[in-house]
Amino acid sequence: MFVKEGIIASPGIAIAKAFVYEKSVVEVNQNKVNDAQRELERFHCALKESHKQIETIRQKAISEFGDEEGAIFEAHAMVLEDPEFTDGVEAEINDNHLSADYAVKIVTERFCAIFDQMDDPYFSARALDIKDVGTRVLQNILGIVQADLSRLDEDVIIIADDLTPSDTAQMDKKRVKGFATNIGSRTSHTAIIARSLEIPAVLGLYDITKTVKTGDIVVVDGLAGKVTVNPNAEQTENFKIEKKKYQEYRKELDELKDFEAITLDGHKVELVGNIGETNDIDGVIKNGGVGIGLFRTEFLYMNNDTMPGEEKQLAAYRSALEAFPNGPVIIRTLDIGGDKKLPYLSMDDEANPFLGLRAIRLCFKEVELFKIQLRAILRASVYGNAHIMFPMISSITEVRQAKAILTECMKELDEANISYDKKIKIGVMIEIPSAAIAADIIAKEVDFFSIGTNDLCQYTLAVDRMNQNVAYLYDPFNPAILRLVRQVTNVSEKKTDCFTGMCGEMAGDPMAAILLLGLGLDEFSMSALSIPKIKKIIRSVRFEDAKAIAQTALNLETGEEVTNYILAEMKKLKIDI
Amino acid sequence: MIKKEVTVLNVTGLHARPASMFVQTAGKFKSKIFVIKEGNSINAKSIMGIMAGGIAQGTTIEIQAEGEDETEAVDALIQLINDKFGE
Repeated sequence: MFVKEGIIASPGIAIAKAFVYEKSVVEVNQNKVNDAQRELERFHCALKESHKQIETIRQKAISEFGDEEGAIFEAHAMVLEDPEFTDGVEAEINDNHLSADYAVKIVTERFCAIFDQMDDPYFSARALDIKDVGTRVLQNILGIVQADLSRLDEDVIIIADDLTPSDTAQMDKKRVKGFATNIGSRTSHTAIIARSLEIPAVLGLYDITKTVKTGDIVVVDGLAGKVTVNPNAEQTENFKIEKKKYQEYRKELDELKDFEAITLDGHKVELVGNIGETNDIDGVIKNGGVGIGLFRTEFLYMNNDTMPGEEKQLAAYRSALEAFPNGPVIIRTLDIGGDKKLPYLSMDDEANPFLGLRAIRLCFKEVELFKIQLRAILRASVYGNAHIMFPMISSITEVRQAKAILTECMKELDEANISYDKKIKIGVMIEIPSAAIAADIIAKEVDFFSIGTNDLCQYTLAVDRMNQNVAYLYDPFNPAILRLVRQVTNVSEKKTDCFTGMCGEMAGDPMAAILLLGLGLDEFSMSALSIPKIKKIIRSVRFEDAKAIAQTALNLETGEEVTNYILAEMKKLKIDI
Repeated sequence: MIKKEVTVLNVTGLHARPASMFVQTAGKFKSKIFVIKEGNSINAKSIMGIMAGGIAQGTTIEIQAEGEDETEAVDALIQLINDKFGE
């Protein structure tokens, strides 16, 4: 028995036999070969076979995961047909007398290296495509029959280095109960597929493929981020109990779906979802979110090779609005810059990108780009309860400037006789300390605030949380942050028809729920999976108690004192995290 | 052989979607087609070659074609670039 720790990529617990899916070590013939004709033939046969396979997989990917997954394999076909690739391999065979397999291997590596070096996520993704295609051709040359994930005859946990789109597209989804891989992160392909299949996954385990053998009993604990190999009878029993407990917990949460987020003494708040693309809408509905508290529109821009036009944006916003006929859908205007760049918009390198030309500041510089988005949001507003939210606001001047541009767009639509919601709600992100401090001034121009805790924390505490040397200072429970939150809710409480929401990670943190409720937050926006948990906590507490807890927390000295205090109070109230 | 110079005008340069449009257009012709950038010759029918070429907005390149449809090929590619790939 042994335990390995990794990154939690998808929650749940699965117990099944391991299926070690290995493909990395392919032995190629590195000796000089004289019969070039024969090697060329081997290469071309393999190309033909690869073509057939890619087309089959493409069809399967489209029918099971959608067009986007299918597009990955269109890109694979283009790589396969690429003359630089085929000519390159042929040249190695003809001129350097390499075997077909060795030639494919080095040409693939050569191209991967070129794309890997480029400091751009788009190109890193191309390197993966090329690697995936190269491996396929190589296996076809060598007649290696890839261990097949499409024909599994018992329930398994897939143990792999990493899973590519080629692997997951052909996988037998009924038999696969979990993933454990050497590499990967929460945002890697394997993680995304695991969450969409709702199976547990623990990634980033370094050498799990070397330490586990096919047939070993493996427990993937996607709650604790641990993988236990060959557990003893007692441990197995415990995991089975844990698994059952989790399933019951999920079931209980599912049953909460149609209930309101209301405290024991009748105070109601709104629980809504954060989404990045229209695919995420279903998850919010399924988990009982009543609207969208943050539509991150930059994904519309980043997942495209060119600027998304007005019509394309309109379609995306409209589908979110139609999915929630009553609930609010808060659309945040483009928040690019900082660590996020666009391939088609040249941006200067800055010494301090997080203090530089990002979000609304960039939109003021690229007014035409901003207006396209505003027009699309306005046009979509007739389909539901749309709210516009401006990011990175530091003062009322920027709010007025943004509203002036919005008014221009409204005039253009009026002239063109296009209808829109004339009373569309306008709000701002509170993520710069100055905006929180001057919330009473900004309130004159807005209908709502939404606190972005991640950036508010970074800017208030002057901490880059990606910097491991100072990350320990990043603490949303720091009393300074709590006081800023309270300052904002204080303002919205006094203004009629004004509300304060939160769309940072803190809003979905069970530890923070009672505190935020007590601080006077009206709306909590989080990733869909967190909604039921937060709802359960809110439904089991009295608003009066939450207010008292928040009041005490505001006067504690450190973040650590705050968290300890909350834990103790939750224990007293018999509320599980 | 026919060759013409052109300056890439679209914001993205020959990146991503414009790159694949360029390669697909080149692929429709029988001629051998090359893009010359700063003395380096890139096969215009290669998506990997074109993308790796780093042809950004404002870069001047030369398009060379040789074969039965060389004139049409160069004209079609130049037009694509001048139309900014429909951006």
